[in-house]
Amino acid sequence: MIAQLGWTLRDGYIVAGRNMRHFIRQPQLLLFSTVQPIMFVLLFSYVFGGAIGGSLPAGVSYKDFLLPGILIQSTAFRATQTAIGLSEDMKRGVIDRFRSMPMARSAVLAGRTLADLVRTIIVIGIMLAVGYAIGFRFEQGPLSAIASILVVAAFGFALSWIFAYVGLIAKGPEAAQSAGFVAIFPLVFASSIFVPVDTMPSWLQSIADVSPVTATADTARALAIGGDVWSSLWQVLVWVIGILIVFVPLCVRKYRRLQ
Amino acid sequence: MADNAVEAEGIVKRFGSTVALDGVDLGVEEGTVLGLLGPNGAGKTTMVRVLATLLRPDSGTASVFGRDVISRATEVRGLIALTGQFAAIDELLTGRENLRMFGQLFRLDRREASRRADELLERFDLADAADRQARTYSGGMRRRLDLASSLLTKPPMLFLDEPTTGLDPRSRNQIWEVIRELVREGTTLLLTTQYLEEADQLTDRIAVIDHGQVIAQGTGDELKDSVGGQMISVRLANPWDRERAIESLTRLGCGTPEPSELVRELTLSAPEDGIAMIEAAAHALRESGIAVSDIALRRPTLDDVFLTLTGAPATGDGAGPDTGEFAEAESEAAGARR
Repeated sequence: MIAQLGWTLRDGYIVAGRNMRHFIRQPQLLLFSTVQPIMFVLLFSYVFGGAIGGSLPAGVSYKDFLLPGILIQSTAFRATQTAIGLSEDMKRGVIDRFRSMPMARSAVLAGRTLADLVRTIIVIGIMLAVGYAIGFRFEQGPLSAIASILVVAAFGFALSWIFAYVGLIAKGPEAAQSAGFVAIFPLVFASSIFVPVDTMPSWLQSIADVSPVTATADTARALAIGGDVWSSLWQVLVWVIGILIVFVPLCVRKYRRLQ
Repeated sequence: MADNAVEAEGIVKRFGSTVALDGVDLGVEEGTVLGLLGPNGAGKTTMVRVLATLLRPDSGTASVFGRDVISRATEVRGLIALTGQFAAIDELLTGRENLRMFGQLFRLDRREASRRADELLERFDLADAADRQARTYSGGMRRRLDLASSLLTKPPMLFLDEPTTGLDPRSRNQIWEVIRELVREGTTLLLTTQYLEEADQLTDRIAVIDHGQVIAQGTGDELKDSVGGQMISVRLANPWDRERAIESLTRLGCGTPEPSELVRELTLSAPEDGIAMIEAAAHALRESGIAVSDIALRRPTLDDVFLTLTGAPATGDGAGPDTGEFAEAESEAAGARR
C-alpha cells in the first residue's frame, strides 16, 4: 500500500515535470497567460475603480478590494486549462501510451493538476507584483498574506479536478475550452470578486451568497485587508474537500475506462 | 495452449450500433510474429486496444502470458508495449526527454532510464536529433522515436499497430529491420497491417480480419494454398472484351474469374493441373476471338487470398466500401470522450 503510494507520487511528479516543461516550451502561452491577468488587474482597477469605489465600505480602496478577488478570477480561468491540456494529450495519443504502461492510474491526472497548481501560484505572484506597483498592500502581516494566497491556490486546485473531468469527457480541446468558459463565467461574475454582493439584485445575491467563489473571495480578502476570516473560511474548506472527494475518484474512474 | 503469449476468445466490442469486433479468437505463440491483416475499418486497431488493456471488450476473454487483460491489467501492462498508429510521443519534449520520461514511467531508475535512452537513440539513428523537440521530426523519425519508447524495458510482448503506414520506403525498411532484430531477440509480436507484403515479409502467421471477424488464419503459404494450387492471370488486349472473356472462362468449370483492380486483367484459380488449365483457357479465349496480350501461370499471392476472402482488393487507398481505418480510429477517439 505504502509502496503503491510511493509509485503514484513518483509517477505524478514525473508527469508534472513534463507538463511544466510544456509551459516553458510554449513562449506564446506563457506570455499571454501572464499578460491576461495583468491586463485584468489594470483594467478593473482603473476602469471600474471609480464607479465601484463608491459602494465599498468606508475606508476600503477598490484596489485593495479587487486584488484578492481578481486572483481568484484568474485562477478560475486558469483551471479551464486543465481540461484543455488533458484533452490535447488524448487527441495526440500520449494518453494511450500512458494508459498502456504500468504506471499509477491517477498519475497522469495528478501530474496535470499539480503542474497547473504550480503555474497558478506563479501567476498569482506576478499579479501581486503588479498589484503592489499600483498601490495594493496586504495589511494583515506576512502570515495572513501567505494564507490568503494558499486559500486561492487550494480553490484553484479543486477547480482543476472538475475541469480534468470536463477534459476527459469533452470531444476535443475546442469543446473542452468552450465548456470550461460556459461554466466559469457566471460562476466568477456572480460572486463577490468584482463588486460587493449587496449591490446585486436580490435573486442574484442569493446565488452569489452560496457560491464557493464568493466564500473564497471573502476569505482571501479578509486575510489580505482585514475582516472576519472564519465565517467564510469553513465554507471554502468544505467546498475544496467536497470537490476533491467527488471529482478525484470520478476522474480516475473515467480515466481507467476511457475508450 | 500454455505456450501462447496472447490468447483471445470471442472478443466482442461495439461502438454504439457499430460492431467493431464480432467474436474474435486469436492466439499468438510465444516468440513468434502474428500479422493481423485486414482492410480499412476491419477492427484491427480495436483488437489491439483490447489486448493492450486500453479498451474493455463487451464480451469475451483475453490474456497476455496467462494474465487476464481486465482483471490483471496492471500486470499485463508490465509485460507489453504498444506502438500505435499515430506516433504517441510528446511533441514539445526532445527525443531524449521523451525516452527518459517514458523510461522512468516504465519504472526504470533515473540513471538506467538515461542509459537506455542514449542506447536507443543511437540504435534508431536519432542521436543527432536527440536534443531537438520532437515536433521538428519527420514522420519517419517520429515513428522511430515512438517505437524506441516501446522498447525501453525490452518488453516480452509488443503490439505494433500499422507500424509503417504512411512511411517512405527507407523509413519502412528501417522499421522492418528493427522488427526482425526484436524477433531474433525473442520478443513476441502482434502487428497489424494492411500491406500484404509486410505481412508476408515479417510474420510467422497471419490472421485475416474483416468486418470484425477473423475469416482465415495460417502461415502465408497455407493461406496461399487455400486459394488453390495455382493461378492463371489473363491480360486482355482490349478492355471491352472483359464480359465475353469472363463468360468463356467460366465455362471451363473452375469458377468465375476474379476481377482485379485492372479492368483488363482477370485471374482464374487452377486447383489441379495448371498446365492443362492454361491450355484450356488459351483455347477457350481463342475460340471466342478474344485477343490476349499476356497469359501466365503463377502461384497465388496474398493479394489473391485477400480478394478471395474479402471480395475486395486489399491494398491501395479507398480499398473496400467501408469507412477506412482513419475513420475507425476517429470514431474510437470520439467514443473515448463519450
